[in-house]
Amino acid sequence: MGQDISRRTFLKGGMAAAAGVAAGSIPGAAAAARPEEKTQLATLLDISKCIGCGACVDACRETNAHKYPNPQKPFPKMFPDRARVSDWSDKQDVTDRLTPYNWLYIQHASIDINGEETELTIPRRCMHCVNPPCVKLCPWGAAKQLKNGISRIDPEICLGGSKCNAVCPWDIPQRQTGVGLYLDILPNFAGNGVMFKCDRCYDQIEAGQLPACIEACPEDVQAIGPRDKILQKARQLAKEINGYIYGEIENGGTHTIYVSPVPFEKLDAAIEKGKGKPHLAAVSDRMADANNLAAAMVIAPLAGIAAAARKIYNYTKKSN
Amino acid sequence: MKAAAVSQTHSNRHTQSMRYLYVLTVFFMALTGFGQMPIYKRYYLSDIPGFGWLANFWTTRYVHYAGAALLLAIVTYMLVQHIILIRAQRKITLSGYLRGILLLGIVLTGVLFVIKNFAVFVFSPEFIIALNLSHLGFVMIFLLVNLYCLIFKKQWTKVR
Repeated sequence: MGQDISRRTFLKGGMAAAAGVAAGSIPGAAAAARPEEKTQLATLLDISKCIGCGACVDACRETNAHKYPNPQKPFPKMFPDRARVSDWSDKQDVTDRLTPYNWLYIQHASIDINGEETELTIPRRCMHCVNPPCVKLCPWGAAKQLKNGISRIDPEICLGGSKCNAVCPWDIPQRQTGVGLYLDILPNFAGNGVMFKCDRCYDQIEAGQLPACIEACPEDVQAIGPRDKILQKARQLAKEINGYIYGEIENGGTHTIYVSPVPFEKLDAAIEKGKGKPHLAAVSDRMADANNLAAAMVIAPLAGIAAAARKIYNYTKKSN
Repeated sequence: MKAAAVSQTHSNRHTQSMRYLYVLTVFFMALTGFGQMPIYKRYYLSDIPGFGWLANFWTTRYVHYAGAALLLAIVTYMLVQHIILIRAQRKITLSGYLRGILLLGIVLTGVLFVIKNFAVFVFSPEFIIALNLSHLGFVMIFLLVNLYCLIFKKQWTKVR
């Protein structure tokens, strides 16, 4: 206990050793054991540690710059006019919200804690849901969930229909027009670019490295590890600081867990929300409603057989 | 003799109403199925009075699931009824077999979709793309074949 896993330990490849200690290390440390590929990884963000320096935002932009869109202009004229161009290519320096060129930003909240006005800062990016609507409801399979829990959008396949944004409870994926597969199909009539969002540096993780935002944080705000371990740590931390957890049950559970010293209702009321600026409100499991109808689908053939049996019985009875 | 005729009329009405229910279900399944793509809002279809709900992906998904349960019940009913009551007098036509196979393809890929949408199942991205394309492909061919059958008055079954 109390023994941190340093970034150096992780990078040196002391993965097995790290895994054992990670479970007992204090939250907020960059305790990223390299688990099996199938292990669902979650991140823990200790809001009380964040100083809002923006190092994570800079690191994210630098590390992922090669994934950013490079749109062709002029954009194809789209029909009907309702399909609007979404162009962030001239606003790439925007860092106060999520954009196709900014996958992580810092939210600010002025909160009264014990009579003292306190400024809290919250790094916001994709929540990487356990059952992500963006992935599960993408009509083309362009959004993917990796076995380690990361949700990412494949820019080679995405058509930019923005359904992932419409079904995301947090308004995370953002569209850039003028890039992607739609240009090769029917650019005037279908598609509108590519959706972009945090992929939690899936390529860095594949290479045994930490996501850029975790690596760069001078305050060790984030920890990464197997979801069950991260949840244990989150609960322990919440207990220690008499705090609150967000992401454990929201939308059926996410792979991004926040721990805050103040209730999330208060934080949600204090932050600026809107397009590209996700809330911190309670979210029910969006996928569950229709999924619950699966039971009806199991019963349905039995009901069909029963109805047919009744008809056959009546027919046979009358024939006799 | 009179009782048998009344029974036959009742049976025909029953089968006819089941056919209407089947056609209505297929219509709503196709409508909500295409609604899984972001096209109704873009092409103003959801602006038509009474069709606003088509722009809501959650609503169309829920209706699609409910329709799938109903379709499964109807198909099972028709199949069991055919095997036990009708098969002796009528046989399935070529277009009937074709429609049946396509419907089976729609149902099987649809079941895989339902399984995929649970949290515990993480299918490979390649498999999901294949699933998307095959479900859509089966539906498109099924609708075209049905249109052909409607125009040329092709029945599912014919007298032996």
